[in-house]
Amino acid sequence: MQTSRTYTTVLFLLLGVTVAVWFLNISLGSVNIPFKDVLAVLFSSEVENDNWHYIIMEYRIPKAFTSVLAGSGLAVSGMLMQTMFRNPLAGPYVLGLSSGASLGVALVLMGATVFGGVAGSFLFSKWGLVIASSLGSLLVLLAVMLASVRLKDTMAILIIGLMFASLTSAVVSVLAYFSPAAQLQQYVFWSYGSVGDLSWNELGVLSFFWFLGIVIALFSIKNLNSLLLGEQYARSLGMNIGRNRALLIISTSFLAGSITAFAGPIAFVGLAVPHLIRQVIPVNDHRILLPAVILGGAILLLLCDTVAQMPGSEYTLPINAITSLVGAPVVIWLLVRKRKFLF
Amino acid sequence: MAVVGVNGVGKSTFLRTISGVQPALSGKIKIKGENLENISPERLATMISLVLTEQPLSKNLGVAELVALGRQPYTNWIGTLTIEDRKKIKEALALVKIEEIQAKKCYELSDGQLQKVLIARALAQDTPLMILDEPTSHLDMYHKAQVLKLLRDLSLRTQKVVIFATHEINLALQLCDKIILMKPNEVVQDSPQQLIQKGHFESIFPADLIVFDRATESFRIKT
Repeated sequence: MQTSRTYTTVLFLLLGVTVAVWFLNISLGSVNIPFKDVLAVLFSSEVENDNWHYIIMEYRIPKAFTSVLAGSGLAVSGMLMQTMFRNPLAGPYVLGLSSGASLGVALVLMGATVFGGVAGSFLFSKWGLVIASSLGSLLVLLAVMLASVRLKDTMAILIIGLMFASLTSAVVSVLAYFSPAAQLQQYVFWSYGSVGDLSWNELGVLSFFWFLGIVIALFSIKNLNSLLLGEQYARSLGMNIGRNRALLIISTSFLAGSITAFAGPIAFVGLAVPHLIRQVIPVNDHRILLPAVILGGAILLLLCDTVAQMPGSEYTLPINAITSLVGAPVVIWLLVRKRKFLF
Repeated sequence: MAVVGVNGVGKSTFLRTISGVQPALSGKIKIKGENLENISPERLATMISLVLTEQPLSKNLGVAELVALGRQPYTNWIGTLTIEDRKKIKEALALVKIEEIQAKKCYELSDGQLQKVLIARALAQDTPLMILDEPTSHLDMYHKAQVLKLLRDLSLRTQKVVIFATHEINLALQLCDKIILMKPNEVVQDSPQQLIQKGHFESIFPADLIVFDRATESFRIKT
């Protein structure tokens, strides 16, 4: 408590790093654009090369903002789930959100051929996938919530979420087994995740849900702190367990659900960022943890995206793989170095 | 006030029910004439504070931080501590005499120290009634006595009602004003002296191993 000034400094530092990484992210890519021209596009829009203007305004900037929203949103929902379940292994997808989304997308991409149905071209469009993924997430989430209404124990929700995840992945495997190579490939590409395909409109929809989720998280800060003592103490401190649980689930669904719908399943960020932050600043108070996790998530995904697009080359690596490739060694290193798991 | 009885007789259930953690199996609970069900969780939190066993609480919490969480029922929407809150936290730390460990983290504490921290947290909650479920389990004999003595002093100094479940009947007899004795078929509540005189302790356990010795007012192993 006496070090709250240190925490403020750290938060401003994280903010600075976020801005720096954001600029790094938009100035690097397969097309080499000098940094001063990037700034020119941003602040004056008089650039000699029109293509550069287009690349930055219509591709790189939406992509950078998507990374910020997706990284921070997933990280926050991971933090919410870890605190709610009092379990360090919980992440944004424990409620079956990504498995539901995969099922929805798999049904659209591969189910059409398997069941011999006629799928309109709309189904294969971007919005078709977004809707399929959202519906899938929503269905699995509702199933998990219905099952959890009967349960008093929060830990059981975790198990039920896992069970639904393995059920849906089994259905996806069966679909994959019977579907032609082209559709299978399309599904696999979706499952790699991507932050680069969003238009400004889609970004607007994503930000709307992100904002709702973050606001709910903000108003849950006090209850999250009570939950550090365990559910029974939290109740004795005046917290309404059922209402709080519902709010946290809604917040996670808004955040992780909308991100998965637009950017595909992005692993690792949600699970790891809260741990990374706790290792860097040993803090429990969610008043500091929440903003730190938002910034940490944004930084991690911006960095991963910068690496994924392999500056200077034409290739783009799957973001879903890069998050783990970059992130996992960092978490391992921090844990080994500190020798103490702080949770 | 101690709640004693054999394992499985319902001590914890009784305490959890009167503290509103679980709904009543049957009957009604009234606090100052008001039905427990009609009291909102927020208001109940200003009437009853709890000390529970084996909670999955974050061991990464600092001592002062954990005690500060006792002020949650009084703080604003984001949990900002006022000067009043800080004063209550300081008082709670002083009453339990743990000021010197307040900068430590919970994982650095011994079981006895942690128990005191949890009691300080309940004190900071500033309620007329404090309920503790087996506050002395896991502690050695010295710390058992220390915690129960602490509870006695606290109830005298702060005029709070302190109810706790315990298996330390010998200690409870020496320290409590009243004892609630739970047996499978009846529940009696009286001062320790009255309970001893009426012979209530002779019948709690099967007589083959331990017997109650009225001369020393304690249980002895049968020889």
